[in-house]
Amino acid sequence: MLATPPFSLAASRRLRMAKRAQVTAALLALLLALLVLTLTLGQSFTPPSDVLRVLLGEDVAGASFAVGQLRLPRGVLAVLSGLSFGMAGAAFQIMLRNPLASPDIIGISSGASAAAVFAIVVLSLKGTAVSLFAIGAGLSVALLVYGLSFRNGVAGTRLILVGIGVSAMLESMVAYVLTQAPEWSLQEALRWLSGSLNGVQLAQAVPLLAALALFGGLLLMRSRDLDLLRLGDDTAAALGVRVSQTRVLVIVAAVGLIATATAVTGPIAFVAFLSGPIAARVVGPRQSLLIPAALVGAVLVLGADYAGQFLLPGRYPVGVITGALGAPYLIYLIVRANRAGGTL
Amino acid sequence: MTRHSLTVEQVRARYGDTEILHGLDLDVAMGQITVIVGANACGKSTLLRAMSRLLVPHSGQVVLDGKAIHQTSPRQLARTLGLLPQSPIAPEGIAVADLVSRGRHPHQGLFSRWTRQDEEAVESALLATRTTELAERSIEELSGGQRQRVWIAMALAQQTDILLLDEPTTFLDINHQIEVLDLLTDLNRARGTTIVMVLHDINLAARYADCLVAMAEGQVQVTGHPDQVITQATIRQVFGIDSQIIADPVSGRPIMLPIGRHGRLPDLTAPAPHQRNTETSS
Repeated sequence: MLATPPFSLAASRRLRMAKRAQVTAALLALLLALLVLTLTLGQSFTPPSDVLRVLLGEDVAGASFAVGQLRLPRGVLAVLSGLSFGMAGAAFQIMLRNPLASPDIIGISSGASAAAVFAIVVLSLKGTAVSLFAIGAGLSVALLVYGLSFRNGVAGTRLILVGIGVSAMLESMVAYVLTQAPEWSLQEALRWLSGSLNGVQLAQAVPLLAALALFGGLLLMRSRDLDLLRLGDDTAAALGVRVSQTRVLVIVAAVGLIATATAVTGPIAFVAFLSGPIAARVVGPRQSLLIPAALVGAVLVLGADYAGQFLLPGRYPVGVITGALGAPYLIYLIVRANRAGGTL
Repeated sequence: MTRHSLTVEQVRARYGDTEILHGLDLDVAMGQITVIVGANACGKSTLLRAMSRLLVPHSGQVVLDGKAIHQTSPRQLARTLGLLPQSPIAPEGIAVADLVSRGRHPHQGLFSRWTRQDEEAVESALLATRTTELAERSIEELSGGQRQRVWIAMALAQQTDILLLDEPTTFLDINHQIEVLDLLTDLNRARGTTIVMVLHDINLAARYADCLVAMAEGQVQVTGHPDQVITQATIRQVFGIDSQIIADPVSGRPIMLPIGRHGRLPDLTAPAPHQRNTETSS
């Protein structure tokens, strides 16, 4: 059709796709390696063959309890909640074109957390009911923050500031509800303040798996439209994207993921916030980030939980570790945003 | 190339409580370059937004090929009609080739893969805008003129028969303004693409337009060939200033020379106007 251009567009595209596939495969491999580590090496070492036998349902003396009751539920829940936080966080950041617009910064996680605590402590609810309660609260908070920051369209900065305010309010609500439940331990309180995987059970994986299948699938189906929103609403619309519809879908799906995960593990600090930017750094900013961000989220939660249990003097819940990782990055972003508007 | 028709019928549109377009009619000449001119806040951009489905008129309609565009699916519309907004956002770190590839979106299905046809559309868009050698560069490394060419390349990759552009020359140096307008003219002459754009500079508009649309107060005041539109009376009506019209020795098209209260030869005996000395051209 035309003279051959001086470089091959097709070749460069293939190269990029190959790089993306490699990085995604590397993240997956890292995640599996971490999972093997957490299953075999806790306070004692369990040979991989014994771990495998436990996973296959055999009763192995000295391993069944440690692996089957402690390490496996913890590892599985860490992976599932990490995937959820990572993907939902990146979806929000891409949609609002701002890395600060992550659900754990703008109050959606704290909303889900407050609702979960309320449901458990005050209403004595359990399981799926808690998740649904948290999803409802997450959506209400999203709506509230969106509504409060709406003035001839939603400006990113205003939304973030409103979100930070709402978040602070909800966190104090969590603290208040916890004071009404004096029999709770410090560990339990920490779960709802910064997230923890202590004492999770395998059955809790069910709502998370369902949320990932439903909401994660929805996000992946919309990932091209979501990606085009980064060019601005007008350009996206001119390219045939239904902007408002995409936005509503993305909000509902991302809140669904965040809230379901939060109802199980508490708001594991900053995982949603960190995963997208880390994924963008390793994959390159050009591609759809949802899958790499989900994998980064899972690596973060699994790695931080392991570090909090075994690598540090004393034991810390996962949220304390991720919080310590995320806070400096948050400060960096705010400092940078004061100089130039930051984008993902 | 398939023939199209694009008409604006009695469109009223508003932002918030303020009505911007007051029942505007326009029949876009197919295969030609139409340039919309008018003072700030006269509704030029609003008209373009209404014509591209970004803004829903509260009465009246925009009709493309006999069908109201608000009843067409956005993806379908985006295969026939493209729009380059005034200030598109370039995501940090995105490469030129990547950005231009985004123009293929309306042609791709949910799960469809990148095809040879997509590849060719992007290659030819890069070639037409002379951005092939920039393809691997990151958009923020480019100059304003290069950047604008890249955005136009994205719109070209969309391969629409009608292309709307909102002030494609704003913030560009004069050499880049000419470059962009020449490029759009090439596109019109070579492919027969219908071009509708808003321009700020009346004289460039007069030079490049096949059809000029002069707007004021949310209405089309005059429309036609630049020779018919660029008159002292129209300039007064649309911009509220006095002017002289001379022939452009380069193009033969009219040139509008605005007359203010200052900057006149002492012997120029035209009556000194007392009206607001608002804007002329930028």
